[in-house]
Amino acid sequence: MIRIENLEKSYGKSFTLNVDRLEFGKGSVVTLMGPNGSGKTTLLKSILGLVIPEKGTITVNGENISGQCKYRNSICYMPQSSPYPPNLKVKEIISITKDIRKKQDNYDYELFELFGMPNILEKRSGALSQGTRQRLSASLAFMFGSDIIVLDEPTAGLDPYSSGVLKTKILKVKKEGKLILLTTHIVNEVSELSDRLVFMLDGRIKVDREAFRSVNENGKEFREMVSKLFKENGVAQNN
Amino acid sequence: MRKIIKYFFGDIIRSKWIIVYTVMLLVFSAGIIYFSRDEQKALLSLLNIVMYLIPLLSMIFGSVYYYNSREFIEMLLTQPVKRSSVFYGQYFSLALTQMFGFIAGIVLPLLVFNFGLNSIFLMTAGTFLIFIFTGFALLISILVNDKIKGIGILITVWLLFAVFYDGIVLFMFYYFADYPLEKATIIASTLNPVDITRTMMMLRLDISAMFGYTGASFKKYFGSKAGYYVSLFILHMWMIIPAMIARRKFNKKNF
Repeated sequence: MIRIENLEKSYGKSFTLNVDRLEFGKGSVVTLMGPNGSGKTTLLKSILGLVIPEKGTITVNGENISGQCKYRNSICYMPQSSPYPPNLKVKEIISITKDIRKKQDNYDYELFELFGMPNILEKRSGALSQGTRQRLSASLAFMFGSDIIVLDEPTAGLDPYSSGVLKTKILKVKKEGKLILLTTHIVNEVSELSDRLVFMLDGRIKVDREAFRSVNENGKEFREMVSKLFKENGVAQNN
Repeated sequence: MRKIIKYFFGDIIRSKWIIVYTVMLLVFSAGIIYFSRDEQKALLSLLNIVMYLIPLLSMIFGSVYYYNSREFIEMLLTQPVKRSSVFYGQYFSLALTQMFGFIAGIVLPLLVFNFGLNSIFLMTAGTFLIFIFTGFALLISILVNDKIKGIGILITVWLLFAVFYDGIVLFMFYYFADYPLEKATIIASTLNPVDITRTMMMLRLDISAMFGYTGASFKKYFGSKAGYYVSLFILHMWMIIPAMIARRKFNKKNF
């Protein structure tokens, strides 16, 4: 579904994202991990076309995305900080998003309703709390039933109940054959959700392997691996 | 792209900036027309407002709006829309709303007080300046991520074009007075959009007192009619080139 080859993107002298080859297939949850500033968000943003890489190709569903925009009909994105224009009401944000994307017959309102969005349609997005905005952007990311769903630290800032709801939804959507790409700092989430773990460091992919399925069986082993990775590279593990 | 213009338009109207802008212009123009009995003088004063104020307002309005709507832009860019449409959507909504404000605030009072054809010339000049400086505003805001720095640069650009330029040119020509400077003067006058707009207006209104140094030699070289068309052409260039560069930069920007 997504193929990345020889990707290169640098910010100043200090940081370069460098991905030789990376492929994501359908029906799976892929987690990107890594310390702050390791390039996870840059990688996601390059897939979305928000960041323009200097070198390399990214193809989505077989189409090279460079300079294209139509492919984004099959991607939904939940950004880290949910930056919505503060003057717009929730319902306007939703109607604009619907209006801009390809027309659909039915929308997936499950998360939208579970997160209580119908009650806040008339509120301005500037008046929402950080967590509520996160819930709004999560609802939007799942509303269009797109093939690829990109979530940048989806559970950061969500209360435990909402993050539980979101996780259940992620697993449900995965069974429908969609690709979910997410970044997180929470070790438990990886074992709960993902099929595959990509660990990044200084803009490079350090580990790319199957994730551990169950917390009980392999949780310990997995935690050790992650804390070893963090320690080896001189980054204190804070989760 | 029509949809995007619609969103930006709605957003700008809601921000109330444009209403303040219109009312301010209206107060200026009504005051000037009311207090100066002489039609010619009123027109000159208004022209000065247009030459100095409109570029400044266009740049500040354009760049403050861009910086404040970065979130909106980012939200749009994650959707299946072309980057160019987002850019043009913003550019045209900014310029058109200001144009409406300008027409309501300055051109309408002129028409009401029977200034006739002159008000149309003033409208043309104002519209050019609005489009040109909105382009500059977007170009600089796209290049400079820091809001304060960006606005600082904009104000410098405005000071340069609107205030210092004629002085610098005059000084240069005074200094090099022994050399034939006709062509250099023509070139100098084309290098400043405010100057060339003023020249265009003056060629139309035939008020030589307002020409400035560059404008005077411009008229001498081209004559009134050809000069008018040449200045029109140059104004188009000033309108198109900064906006095109801004669009290119926008297409390659990282968000």
